[in-house]
Amino acid sequence: MTPSVVVTGLGVVAPNGLGTGEYWAATLAGKNGIGRLTRFDPTGYPARLAGEVPGFVPEEYLPSRLIPQTDHMTRLALVATEWALGDAALEPARLPEFDMGVVTSNSAGGFEFGQRELENLWRRGGEHVSAYQSFAWFYAVNTGQISIRHGMRGPSGVVVSEQAGGLDAIAQARRQIRWGTPVMVAGGVEGSLCPWGWTALLTSGRISTRDDPDRAYLPFDADASGYVPGEGGAMLILEDARTTRERGGDLGYGEIAGYGATFDPRPGSGRPPGLRRAIEQSLADARVAATEVDVVFADAAGVPELDAVEAAAIHAVFGPRVPVTAPKTMTGRLYSGGGPLDVASALLSIRDGVIPPTTNVTPDPRYAIDLVVGGPRPANVRTALVLARGQGGFNSALVLRASH
Amino acid sequence: MNRRVVVTGVGVLAPGGIGTGSFWDLLSEGRTATRRISFFDPTPFRSQVAAEIDFDPEAHGLSPQEIRRMDRAAQLAVVAAREAVEDSDIALDELGPHRVGVTVGSAVGATMGLDQEYRVVSNGGESWLVDHRYAVGHLFGHLVPSSFAKEVAWAIGAEGPTTVISTGCTSGLDSVGYACGLIGEGSADVVIAGATDAPISPITVACFDAIKATTNSNDDPQHASRPFDGRRNGFVLGEGAAMFVLEEYGHARRRGATVYAEIAGYATRCNAFHMTGLRPDGREMAEAIRVALDAARLNPEDIDYINAHGSGTKQNDRHETAAFKRSLGRHAYRTPVSSIKSMIGHSLGAIGSLEIAASVLAARYDVVPPTANLTTPDPECDLDYVPQVARECPVENVLTVGSGFGGFQTAMVLTSGGRSGA
Repeated sequence: MTPSVVVTGLGVVAPNGLGTGEYWAATLAGKNGIGRLTRFDPTGYPARLAGEVPGFVPEEYLPSRLIPQTDHMTRLALVATEWALGDAALEPARLPEFDMGVVTSNSAGGFEFGQRELENLWRRGGEHVSAYQSFAWFYAVNTGQISIRHGMRGPSGVVVSEQAGGLDAIAQARRQIRWGTPVMVAGGVEGSLCPWGWTALLTSGRISTRDDPDRAYLPFDADASGYVPGEGGAMLILEDARTTRERGGDLGYGEIAGYGATFDPRPGSGRPPGLRRAIEQSLADARVAATEVDVVFADAAGVPELDAVEAAAIHAVFGPRVPVTAPKTMTGRLYSGGGPLDVASALLSIRDGVIPPTTNVTPDPRYAIDLVVGGPRPANVRTALVLARGQGGFNSALVLRASH
Repeated sequence: MNRRVVVTGVGVLAPGGIGTGSFWDLLSEGRTATRRISFFDPTPFRSQVAAEIDFDPEAHGLSPQEIRRMDRAAQLAVVAAREAVEDSDIALDELGPHRVGVTVGSAVGATMGLDQEYRVVSNGGESWLVDHRYAVGHLFGHLVPSSFAKEVAWAIGAEGPTTVISTGCTSGLDSVGYACGLIGEGSADVVIAGATDAPISPITVACFDAIKATTNSNDDPQHASRPFDGRRNGFVLGEGAAMFVLEEYGHARRRGATVYAEIAGYATRCNAFHMTGLRPDGREMAEAIRVALDAARLNPEDIDYINAHGSGTKQNDRHETAAFKRSLGRHAYRTPVSSIKSMIGHSLGAIGSLEIAASVLAARYDVVPPTANLTTPDPECDLDYVPQVARECPVENVLTVGSGFGGFQTAMVLTSGGRSGA
């Protein structure tokens, strides 16, 4: 029998809250974490807003030896993992040697670290490049550092599918549990908020150039103008439900019940986009009917054509009545961290019986979806669907269900 | 994992030759493709040797627009994927794009493109607040290596699960392992899977210089890559791509496909020890090998050939030798082991897939490629490493392994005959 995979721990680092409690309170209160960039002077750039994680002093949370060898996003990921383990009341050292692994997603690696070392190389010469550059930039860094810090020797991995990757990482961790590893850490935390990363992000053509934090990222609004990038994300502890019971834990926040991933047809093919298929596959995998889904956490691109594709897919599968929300209007888009953060939000919705709002948005009626705006909406949430898309054509859908 | 997965198409771009045929010629003849770096002037660097491909993207069917848009690593992946699809003789249109997935491994993404464009926008490193007005339109595709999977999916028309796997130097094994998972669970019937990397750029050379991971045998580039040799002093950076058509066994059989091998077992573990260091006992790699053998329902004695990671660093070759002994026992001493990195260098995330290609070809031709440049014995490396000259012997079951920064240790078992029915 396929084991049921449950989420027993959450670690959140988000622009509107550091730690799960702070993040969730801020999100239900509609607190915006988007502001003018402070990590570098954005004056000369066409876009100047971002979701930065506030008040994060790495030295307060991490041993000093880890600071020089890590990018900002790795430090955030290490802290999120530690909090998730604490939340699950898990001590990896007490598990058998190979019983715990790590799967993270990343889209751009430790880019700020990379910029500093590229500068060292070209300005000062090769001999000035850091001994840590060989692993602080690359996409596998968070998985490696997390596994080392906590002695996790089980199967591990790293998935890169731009902003869909965070859900793919959680799905891969679920596979590893089904194949026999009882406990996995999974998720994504990142950010490329340095001038070089910013310059590269700008060429995506999807970044909002507005200066008002409440008017810059407006998915499903007639006034949508692109999105605001952010940093952060979430790490989750996934367990085989049987292991959780054996160690006397409760079944946590909920079950990873279903997953589907598709890719859009190449441009000009005239074929339909793949998001609807991903949704349908995830529902089939979870063996739930569309009518059983209580809320959809939308990808919410903030780009009119992409919002239209998503609204049409949701409408086609669920009709106009399922509540849809996008609390990422308060954080900006967190790349591989965005999907896992939405998964955390969806699990908290199940726990608390409340759907967090999509802030600042006046829904455009042409999309014909029930967007949760104006404040949190009380609801009995038993099953939630989380959607994430990556630029280039990646579509992922994850179904979460209350633990029985 | 219940559905079985077989390799029905192979495409390779490796130093020393384009295409699977020239790749195998090089390996079976024991020639080396390492040379002084020609992509840029390597004089300021400690390590000045690499294994480069003489690759003309235009001659391989890429349009000027594609060449502009894609980093070299993406170009290599697309050309290799097309060769694999052609080799498999599969009609992807008939299968339907929804049932076809793409998994591309890469350790370092668009390093060449990023290094180049950084110099432009920063005015040679002069400004921290880089000038966005000089950024090329396709820079975003370099930022996110997922663009490699996108390019392959577009090139072959796939609309199933598509992703990049980036577990450092085991990416090329782990991407194929991930793809096997997709086919095994039924998310796809065919996955175009493999890996690519084109890291020969100043920033990569400098970062390995900084930890003395690469060789400094600059006077003798052809003999600089010396896995398991007593005089080894670091790896030689390489580049390349290998892509495969992976297919559900029943599907391959029904269409009468030529099967190279079945992917019979796969496992990965982390050493949770150090981002670049290895514990000498090889414990985690041994565990990965043991689990992969179990999955393949094979005993150590069934392994006919071990395609080693064999990077040519002091610590790796020792670590790996210990892992083989730990997992295979006495059989480790009786099994031919070789490292193709002695000939084509270490192409980081790509190499695992190039090694899978070498493994399935070894099984096809019953020839074990040699470890070139192995002339000085090392008492700590005391297995049969097939020095210098290829060996003809029956090869049915192959173990291939990888080890990489971040602590990743991966093992894969490929089987070409007998019980696989392949």
